[in-house]
Amino acid sequence: MSDTIKTDVLIIGAGPVGLFAVFELGLLDIKTHLVDILDKVGGQCAELYPEKPIYDIPGIPLITGHGLSEALMEQIKPFHPVIHLGEMVTTIKNVGDPLYQVTTDAGKTFECKSVVIAAGGGSFQPKRPPINGIEAYEAKSVHYAVRKMENFRGKDVVIVGGGDSALDWTLNLQPIVKRLTLVHRRDDFRGAPDSVNKMRALVAAGHMDLKIGQVSDLEGADGQLAAVSIKDKDGAVSRVACDAMLPFFGLTMKLGPVSEWGLEMEDDLIKVDVSTFETNRHGIFAIGDINTYKGKLKLILSGFHEGALMAQRVHHYVHPEKRLVFQYTTSSTSLQKKLGVV
Amino acid sequence: MPKVTYIEHDGTVHTVEAELGSTVMETALRNDVPSIVAECGGGCTCATCHVYVDEAWLEKTGAPSEQEETELDAAFDVRPNSRLSCQIKVTEDLDGLVVRTPSYQGR
Repeated sequence: MSDTIKTDVLIIGAGPVGLFAVFELGLLDIKTHLVDILDKVGGQCAELYPEKPIYDIPGIPLITGHGLSEALMEQIKPFHPVIHLGEMVTTIKNVGDPLYQVTTDAGKTFECKSVVIAAGGGSFQPKRPPINGIEAYEAKSVHYAVRKMENFRGKDVVIVGGGDSALDWTLNLQPIVKRLTLVHRRDDFRGAPDSVNKMRALVAAGHMDLKIGQVSDLEGADGQLAAVSIKDKDGAVSRVACDAMLPFFGLTMKLGPVSEWGLEMEDDLIKVDVSTFETNRHGIFAIGDINTYKGKLKLILSGFHEGALMAQRVHHYVHPEKRLVFQYTTSSTSLQKKLGVV
Repeated sequence: MPKVTYIEHDGTVHTVEAELGSTVMETALRNDVPSIVAECGGGCTCATCHVYVDEAWLEKTGAPSEQEETELDAAFDVRPNSRLSCQIKVTEDLDGLVVRTPSYQGR
């Protein structure tokens, strides 16, 4: 496999804890790649509370989720981590002692000496509308993402939602589909005003339909959608014939493939040794919200601590020939050289 | 202390004491009401603490803010009495509050 990406450590999750792990590993001359399912770094800080203040980062009285992500990116810059966004790690295979082959759903393969799982609450995945029987249509005629626009050419398409994803795909798909219907629960959209105006112009010109209501029922056979029922706020139901439906209700955290990696778990969390944060599989570590141990606190600062201890153990696997000498960034010229400050 | 009652979709009733100034979401988590998820921890950014306020209490809880109304777009089966429980603060006035949780929501 010539296109395998070789690195010392692969970090799963680019939230604050995954990002800081790059720093702690970098100080020990350990090179890293990161994979994250989101299209941006920061994890929950970026997805759930970018503008909300965080008050419990030591030494920083107040910082927003977005601010913390930015500051961490600045802090780890000297170590040049390679970040792979919009991808989910699917398998971890043991191919040496320890040497791991890790694959993603985007078809990438990594080979690394250690794997660090910093996956927080799992992976962010699209919310599934609680409509009876929707599972049967998924991947066939109900889609939570558009992989190829061509798949929708000439079809009757229903898009559901009021945010930017719903509006962007409405504007992108409208020119190529047969008929587009946008369904939203209220006649008010949180998406970018420019997109809202463009959508309203298309509706006014009769090029697409806008229905105010919520999808209550699906009709079809063998996974092929034939129509959706839409209930308005007074309970009146109308039916829209369609070939495909695209619901956009944002993301929710699901554990995802973590449970399939042969790790000892408790209540969907990974059990670790508290002196190294290593799991039951040698060379696989878990830090941050995804792990559990006696006294565990799901705090960002705990995840930072866990990353520092993890790095000490990872050093044994990556540089077995080197003796690890504990040093401080304040006084060590060697560490300061790595940080690029001397 | 004021009391809040949560009625789950299957009829399970939880009547619990709520601390003044805490939110209806926090009170649910502290008392293990399983149909309040609160993925974002109270940031009004995930819509997983969705409740239906009992009609008799609508006036006292008031209407959702614009931000909350926007976030309700990411919830399902939204009704006129829908609220995100992280945005309802417990006051003396709300002693006895009754909220119902949607069938799809749960941990």
